[in-house]
Amino acid sequence: MFQVTLQHFLVLSAILFSLGVYGIVTRKNAVMVLMGIELILNAANINFVAFAKFGNFGFGGQMYALFVIVLAAAEAAIALAIVLNIYKTFTNVNIDEIDNLKE
Amino acid sequence: MSESLLVNLSIAILFLPLLGFATVVIWGKRFPKLYLLEVGIITVAFLISLFVMFAKLSYFPKDIISEFTWITLGNAPNDGVINIDLGIKIDNLTVLMLFVVNLISMLVHYFSVEYMHGDKRYTRYFSYLGLFTFSMLGIVLTHNILMMYIFWELVGVSSYLLIGFWFEKKSAADASKKAFIVNRIGDIGMFIGILILFTNYHTFTFDTIFEQIKNGVIPFGNNAWLTAAGILIFMGAVGKSAQFPLHVWLPDAMEGPTPVSALIHAATMVAAGVYLVTRIFVLLTADAMLVIAVVGAFTAFVAATIAITQNDIKKVLAYSTVSQLGYMIMSLGVGAYAFAFFHLVTHAFFKACLFLGSGSVIHAMHHEQDIRKMGGLKKKMPLTYATFLISTLAISGVPLTSGFLSKDGILAGTLAFGKLTGHWLIPILAFTVAGLTAFYMFRLVILTFHGEARDHHKFDHAHESPKLMVTPLIILAALSIFIWYTPNPIGADNGWFLKSWVKTPHQVTPDETRFSFMVEKQNHEVSKEEHGEIVNSLEYTETMHWAHYKAMFGSLAVAGLGILLSFMFYQWKKIDADNLANKIKALYNFSLNKWYLDELYDATAVSGTLNTGKGLSWFDQKIVDGAVNGSAWLTRFTSKLSGLFDTYVVDGLVNFSALLSGFVGLNFRKLQTGKVQTYVVFVVFAVIILLIFFKPF
Repeated sequence: MFQVTLQHFLVLSAILFSLGVYGIVTRKNAVMVLMGIELILNAANINFVAFAKFGNFGFGGQMYALFVIVLAAAEAAIALAIVLNIYKTFTNVNIDEIDNLKE
Repeated sequence: MSESLLVNLSIAILFLPLLGFATVVIWGKRFPKLYLLEVGIITVAFLISLFVMFAKLSYFPKDIISEFTWITLGNAPNDGVINIDLGIKIDNLTVLMLFVVNLISMLVHYFSVEYMHGDKRYTRYFSYLGLFTFSMLGIVLTHNILMMYIFWELVGVSSYLLIGFWFEKKSAADASKKAFIVNRIGDIGMFIGILILFTNYHTFTFDTIFEQIKNGVIPFGNNAWLTAAGILIFMGAVGKSAQFPLHVWLPDAMEGPTPVSALIHAATMVAAGVYLVTRIFVLLTADAMLVIAVVGAFTAFVAATIAITQNDIKKVLAYSTVSQLGYMIMSLGVGAYAFAFFHLVTHAFFKACLFLGSGSVIHAMHHEQDIRKMGGLKKKMPLTYATFLISTLAISGVPLTSGFLSKDGILAGTLAFGKLTGHWLIPILAFTVAGLTAFYMFRLVILTFHGEARDHHKFDHAHESPKLMVTPLIILAALSIFIWYTPNPIGADNGWFLKSWVKTPHQVTPDETRFSFMVEKQNHEVSKEEHGEIVNSLEYTETMHWAHYKAMFGSLAVAGLGILLSFMFYQWKKIDADNLANKIKALYNFSLNKWYLDELYDATAVSGTLNTGKGLSWFDQKIVDGAVNGSAWLTRFTSKLSGLFDTYVVDGLVNFSALLSGFVGLNFRKLQTGKVQTYVVFVVFAVIILLIFFKPF
C-alpha cells in the first residue's frame, strides 16, 4: 500500500514554503504578504511535526509546533496593528509605495 | 656697652639710608615733602656714627668682626668645604670713614635743600643721595672683598645716576656714560684680581687671605702672582679714584649737580679707591707698591698741570681732586699708609668745603661757572669767601691747617722713599705738584673773589647764600683746622689721629718680595712700639724723621712760591698771564686741552671700538644676515616643493579615494530600492547561494 514517508512531508512543506515566499514577493497588499508569512510558518510546523514523528525525539517537535502557532497568532495581531497604522499614515497598504526608508 | 651693640648700630647706619632711598623713590612722587624724611634719616645715621666712632676709639682697641656664612659651595676635593661669608669689620679706619661719609653726606643733604630748590626731580635727587650713602657705607663696613666689589658697583651706579641727573642735557648724559664705562675698565682688573685671590685662598675675607699669605701660601706658588693680584685690584682703584690713565671721567662728572660733585666726586666715592688700597695694603709686594707710587705721582703731576689753565671753577676743583687722589695713592705706594689715610680724611673735608663753596658761588651767579666772568665776590659773599679761603690754605699746605699736616707727612714719606730706594723722581714730582697746587688754587681764589667784577650784570645780582648753605661750609672749614687731629700744628706724628687711631699694619708678604726697609728685623720689635707705628719699620721711621723737617721746609717753600707767583700774576698783575701764555702757546694749549688725552682716547679706544663695531655690523649684515636669509630662502623653497607634493600627490590620493567611494556608493545605492519585497528576493537568493556554497548536505 502507499506508504507515507518523511519525503512526502518534506516535499509538502517545501511546496508550502515556496508558495509563502511567492506570496510575499509578488503581492502588493500588506495583508497578503502577512498571509504568505503564515504559510511559511506552517511549512516550518509541518517539518517540526514530521521530524518528530520519524525521528526519535519524543514530543519536542509537537511542542515547538504549538509554540509556533501561538507565536503566529501574536505576530498576526501585532502585524495587523502595524498595517492598520500604516494605512492611517499613507491611506493605503501597498508596500511598494511605502519606501520612505530610502530617503 | 658691648661689641654686639656696636655691630647692630653699624648695621643700622648701613641700612638707614637704604630705607630712606626705598621710601622716597616709591612714594616721593605722591608726597613731595618726603625729602625731609631722607634728610632726617641721614641726620640720625650721622648721630649714630658719631657715637660708634667715639665708642670704638675709646673703648675697643681690638677690631670687631661679625660675619655669617652666606653660601656654602660644598666640599671641594683637596680644599675642604668652601664658604662665602658676608660680614662687617669695625676697626678704627671703618669708624673714621663712617664719620666722614655720614658727616659730609648730611651736610650735602642740607646744602642741597636750598641749592636744588625748585628742581623738577627734587625728591628723586634726595633718594639718589640716600642710595649713594648706603653703597658707600657698605664699602666702608665690609670685611670681605666680594661685598666690597658689590658695593663698589653700587656706588658706580649711584654716581652714574647723579652725574646724569640733568639727563636732558646731552653733555650730562654723555658724562654719566663715560664715567660708568671708564670705571668698568678698572673694575675688570679688580675682578680678575679678586678671582686670583679666591682661586688660591677659597675665601673672600680679607683677614683670612692675609693670614694665609703670612703662613707662606703664595698664589700659584709664585710671587709674581701676588704682585699681579695687588696691581689688578689696584686697577679698580685706578678707575674709581680717577688715576692716570683712567682719570678722564672725573672732570666730565662735574656735569652733575654741584653738591653731588662735593659728596661723590671729591670727598667720598673717589676716595673709595684709596680706601680699597689701604685695605689690601698688607698684601702689596715691592713691585706692586712701586707701580702704585709711580701711577699716583704721575697722576698728581698730570692733573696739576692741567688744573693751572682751566677756566671752569668746577673743572679746576675736579683736576685738583684728581691730583690730590694721586697724592694719596702715591703715599700708599711709598708705604706712608697712615698719612695716606690722614690725607684722605683731611682732603674729604676741605675739598667738600671747596666744592660746596663753588656751589654757593655758582648759585649766587645764576649758574655761571666761568671764573673769567667772576671777580670781586669777596664783598658780596664774605662767609663763602672766608670758608673757601681756609680750605684753599689747607689744600695748599699752609701751616695751622689739616692739609699742611697730611701733605707734609706724604712729602716726608716720598723723600724717605727716595732716599731708601733711589727713586728720586717721585719726591721731585710730589714737591712740584705741591707748588702747582698752591698756584692754581690761589689763582682760583683771586680770580673768583678778589679784584674787580668782570661781569657787572651778574655781579649786581649776586648775594650771600642762605644759612642752610653757609652752615655746612663753616663746619667743613672748621674741620680743616689742625686742632681736630693733633695738638701740635707742625707735626702730626704724636697727635691722636696717627698715634692712637690709625696705625700702619705689617706687611704679610714674604720678606724677599718687600722693600728692604719694610722687612721687620728681630731687634727692632721693641722700638716699634715707641714709634707709634706710623710707618711699619724702624729704618723707615728713622728716615721719615730725617725727612720730616726737610719736607716741611721744602713744602713751605714751594707752596709759598706758588702762592706768591699766583698773586704776582693775578692780583698785582706784575706779570701778564696772557702774554706769557702766548709766548709758550704750545705748552699752554697742551695743558688747556688736558694733555689731549680725551682726543687720544677718541682716536684710539673710542674710534677703535666704533670701527670694530662697524666691522662687526658689516659682518652681521652681510654674512650672518646672508646666511639667515639664505636658509630662509632654502626653507621657503623646500616648503614650496612639499606644498606642491601635498596639493597634487597627497590631496590627489585623498580626492581619488573619495571619488572612488562616491562612485561605488552611487552605483550601489541603486540596490537600495526601499521596497521590502526586493529585499526579500535578495535574502532568498542569498540563502540559496550560501546553501550552494557551503553545502551542508
